[in-house]
Amino acid sequence: MLYIYCPHCGEHREEEEFHPKGQAHIARPLDPDNCTDKEWGEYLYFRKNPRGLHHELWVHAAGCRKFFNMTRDTVTYEIKEVYKIGEQPSVVADS
Amino acid sequence: MLTVKERIHDTAKPPPVRRTNRPFKSLTFSYNGQEFKGYQGDTLASAMLANGIDVIGRSFKYSRPRGIVAAGAEEPNAVMQLGATEATQVPNVRATQQELFHGLVSKSTNGWPNVDTDIMSLLGKVGGKMMPPGFYYKTFMYPQSMWDTYENLIRKAAGLGRSPLETDPDTYDKVNQHCDIMIVGAGPAGLAAAQTAARSGASVIIADEQSEFGGSLLSSKELLNGKPAGDWVAEVVAELEAADNVLVLPRSTVNGYHDHNFLTIHERRTDHIGDLAPAGQVRQRLHRVRAKWVVLATGAHERPLVFANNDVPGCMVANAVSTYINRYGVVPGKELVLMTTNDNGYQAAIDWAEAGRKVVAIVDTRQSPAGDRIDAARKLGINIITGSAVIEVQGSKRVTGVSVAPISSDGSMVSGSVQRLSVDTVASSGGWSPVIHLSCHTGSRPVWNEEIVGFLPGPTVQKQLVAGGINGSYATGKAMGEGVEAANSAIASLNLDAVSVDLPTTEEVAEGPVQTLFHIPHTKPTSAAPKQFVDYQNDVTASGIELACREGYESIEHVKRYTAMGFGTDQGKLGNINGMAIAAKTLNKSIPETGTTIFRPNYTPVTFGALVGRDCGELFDPERYTAMHKWHLENGAKFEDVGQWKRPWYFPKAGETMQEALNRECLATRESVGILDASTLGKIDIQGKDAREFLGRVYTNPWAKLAVGKCRYGLMCGEDGMVFDDGVTTCLGENHFLMTTTSGGAARVYEWLELYHQTEWPELEVYFNTVTDHWATMTISGPNSRKLLEEVCTDIDLSNEAFSFMDWKAGTVAGVPARVFRISFTGELSYEINVQANYGLQVWEKLFEHGEKYNLTPYGTETMHILRAEKGFIIAGQDTDGSVHPHDLGMSWCVSDKKPFSYIGKRGMKREDCVRENRKQLVGLKTKDPMVVIPEGSQGVFDKNAPIPMPMVGHVTSSYYSAVLGHSIAMGFVKGGLNRMGETVYYPQADGSVIEAEICSPIFLDPKGERQNV
Repeated sequence: MLYIYCPHCGEHREEEEFHPKGQAHIARPLDPDNCTDKEWGEYLYFRKNPRGLHHELWVHAAGCRKFFNMTRDTVTYEIKEVYKIGEQPSVVADS
Repeated sequence: MLTVKERIHDTAKPPPVRRTNRPFKSLTFSYNGQEFKGYQGDTLASAMLANGIDVIGRSFKYSRPRGIVAAGAEEPNAVMQLGATEATQVPNVRATQQELFHGLVSKSTNGWPNVDTDIMSLLGKVGGKMMPPGFYYKTFMYPQSMWDTYENLIRKAAGLGRSPLETDPDTYDKVNQHCDIMIVGAGPAGLAAAQTAARSGASVIIADEQSEFGGSLLSSKELLNGKPAGDWVAEVVAELEAADNVLVLPRSTVNGYHDHNFLTIHERRTDHIGDLAPAGQVRQRLHRVRAKWVVLATGAHERPLVFANNDVPGCMVANAVSTYINRYGVVPGKELVLMTTNDNGYQAAIDWAEAGRKVVAIVDTRQSPAGDRIDAARKLGINIITGSAVIEVQGSKRVTGVSVAPISSDGSMVSGSVQRLSVDTVASSGGWSPVIHLSCHTGSRPVWNEEIVGFLPGPTVQKQLVAGGINGSYATGKAMGEGVEAANSAIASLNLDAVSVDLPTTEEVAEGPVQTLFHIPHTKPTSAAPKQFVDYQNDVTASGIELACREGYESIEHVKRYTAMGFGTDQGKLGNINGMAIAAKTLNKSIPETGTTIFRPNYTPVTFGALVGRDCGELFDPERYTAMHKWHLENGAKFEDVGQWKRPWYFPKAGETMQEALNRECLATRESVGILDASTLGKIDIQGKDAREFLGRVYTNPWAKLAVGKCRYGLMCGEDGMVFDDGVTTCLGENHFLMTTTSGGAARVYEWLELYHQTEWPELEVYFNTVTDHWATMTISGPNSRKLLEEVCTDIDLSNEAFSFMDWKAGTVAGVPARVFRISFTGELSYEINVQANYGLQVWEKLFEHGEKYNLTPYGTETMHILRAEKGFIIAGQDTDGSVHPHDLGMSWCVSDKKPFSYIGKRGMKREDCVRENRKQLVGLKTKDPMVVIPEGSQGVFDKNAPIPMPMVGHVTSSYYSAVLGHSIAMGFVKGGLNRMGETVYYPQADGSVIEAEICSPIFLDPKGERQNV
């Protein structure tokens, strides 16, 4: 069970208080009406499934109810950083 | 056959050797219905050995008699069923870990009719050849339809206990803990680490699965500071217990080591006291620990060697022999032969001889062993046979003798003539395996170490340290030193000052090298020799592993699954390394190349009681009640679960069937007035200058012009265009709205709104707050609802002109401030009265006071469903399933194409698949026989004579008998249904009948909506 630091509360809390919400940084297209079906399909359905570093969206559901981002290693489950919505990760995979 | 008295101490007097410092107390216990005596401080296993009980079970597959082989958590055979009554039955208890108490009732879990005369053993005796690995797969595969029958027989034939049939009377609980340093294991390494950590001021938890701390020191005669090791242990334990910053947990097994240093500890608080926990006490407790640092000091398990008939009762692990002698005062036999690949194993023979029993021989597989223990054995006059091995055991229910033969220096073959020795006990030592289980739980792969001939914990990302036996450091002094070092390393990272402790002086014992040998050769090839057991609990033999490798299983994970090695409740603690070594040898690979299987939680079995704690019965899941719940109970409501809410389902009167009650409730509402407790509807208060703009983005219909005082129905879709919730939202003020959601969808909608606001449109100034529980909501519906409301509400003009459909007004109802909404889910004149929740019951009762003359009738969710279905109103989640968009529902009127912002769902609805012809569309269904109600979920077909599999065209989502209309009504999806009005759809049923229905509008009653506009 993960031990998660909520960047809004400023405290470590048990995973039970949080919900994972999938991949982070998936911006809603600014002009949906002019997206092709392919573009809209990629926005809707296509997600990364990396072995290693992943940027995820979480919500402190049973706490402050704020969303935030997390960089997590999907192999070791290490949480490398948490950062607020609108910020960019400082830990990224090499490639 | 030896008699009991020849082999064991006199049970009427204290044993000659006993290190436990408890007062001597004699106890009585029962095993398979017979009474026996033991002592306080005994385990069930030591007491059984003391009483000369050789056979404690039958093996899983071959039904061979089995005895106790080990003295701790690694015991594979002595798995007992405990419990004096049906309610207190506990399966899967290792006799080696169960402390004896007066009145303990135990049973063997295998063997039918009993362990001494086992009918199933005939199967085993006919020969293992009948049951090779994969036996069940190979034999019982065909015909597949017979598997259930086979399985019943197999399950009856073998098992490891049963669960109780009655409710457990004991209480269990869970505790959350946080600490700086969690120390697992209280042997020399763990105690030294704990002492160091405690003195640093860090918060410390130390847990050990045994009743007493000391680990390996409990069963050794080693001197520390020239005094018995127990003195040092007592000193350290006293210091730890006195320290405020240390939690000392004996009888507590750390069963799981999870991510981010989260550990679960199974503490058995009263299992050693009696069948039931003493009044007011918790029987077991699950500690959930979050530790900054974890020090694993879990020690090591000795490996037995694999040789022919090594499962005959009387065959034991060498160190277990020492433990029973030194700790429990039980010498488990009369004449011992010890086989060893290492110096350490000699200690069992030395202890045996010093207890005054005969050591027939030490058989050392090494050609020329040399070391202090070998000298000590020689000094005692023990016959040491070097370069040899015990290749076979004789006996069935107890060892009667062994065959000993010289073996080649690499241990691969018998190299000389066989001699027979007459003995009743065979101890074997193949070296030690570090207890790395917990280190594997977090995904770390263990690493093979040639020097210690075993796996060590692998690299890990956890804040984990290791000390002592788990690290391959078996000498007491070294183990303690590592404990101090580990603790100081944790202390340093916690920014505390380093601590020095004076460790006791230990005896230096010079040891020679260990021989790397696991599988003892026989004069015959493995496949023809008597069975050589690797995994006792699952009856896996050396020849079985060789066969699996020959049949093409090369991965150790596949070998494991094919042979079932390590699959038992003991997780292969004794046998896995031997099995891997045999597989490696057969595959001509090294052990590191073959790899190891990994261990998963839990380390030893955990009771369901401990896992569940108090989260059972009425505390299993929260129940939510509305403010009027008490009234519903008093008025005989039947309840339905909606999420966690208990909602009235219907209100039957005495003698009424459900359908009769529903008919009465529906008719009363349509003819006069009914009342529904609608408090569970989700309510979200939305404020801010951009609230209106936000609503326009999350609903499919327009919100820009909704005036203050008006309500509007809205549909909510996902980005894929599919409907996921609906409800009425009201404009309370220019920048203030109240959104309602479905009862079950409230939390989801609330999170959805926050998601979009926080991640996509943070520039919008809007605030959400859930107010579901703040309001009690009661809906009065029916032609007399206005008259009724007028009697309790005098400050609102309720006339149709002043208060029209889809308006809301603030006022006073039954003397209480209220919001009244004129909205309708029944199609009748209808008012939804919202009052502060704590006034709910009072207002509800007031309505009934005045409602009697109007036959005010309470109705529940079922009547609500029928009334709305008569009007063709959907229920999100019943008539939608995440695959239908508003147009599929015939609700294009609720979709705007003109809103400037591309709201959620707009683009999704225009995807290729969403705009194609012939999608399944929601329509009304009128059965040919008006009294037949189509079962919900029925699949429709256009051609009732089509061959199977019939092309299905959609399912029925809602279906009821309407007393108001006098016939059944239904809604369902039909391919291209909106263009098929008047056509027939057939619904074939499981019983072979076919229900015929005509496609019609889903609005069965008052299509013009006149009833609600009066």
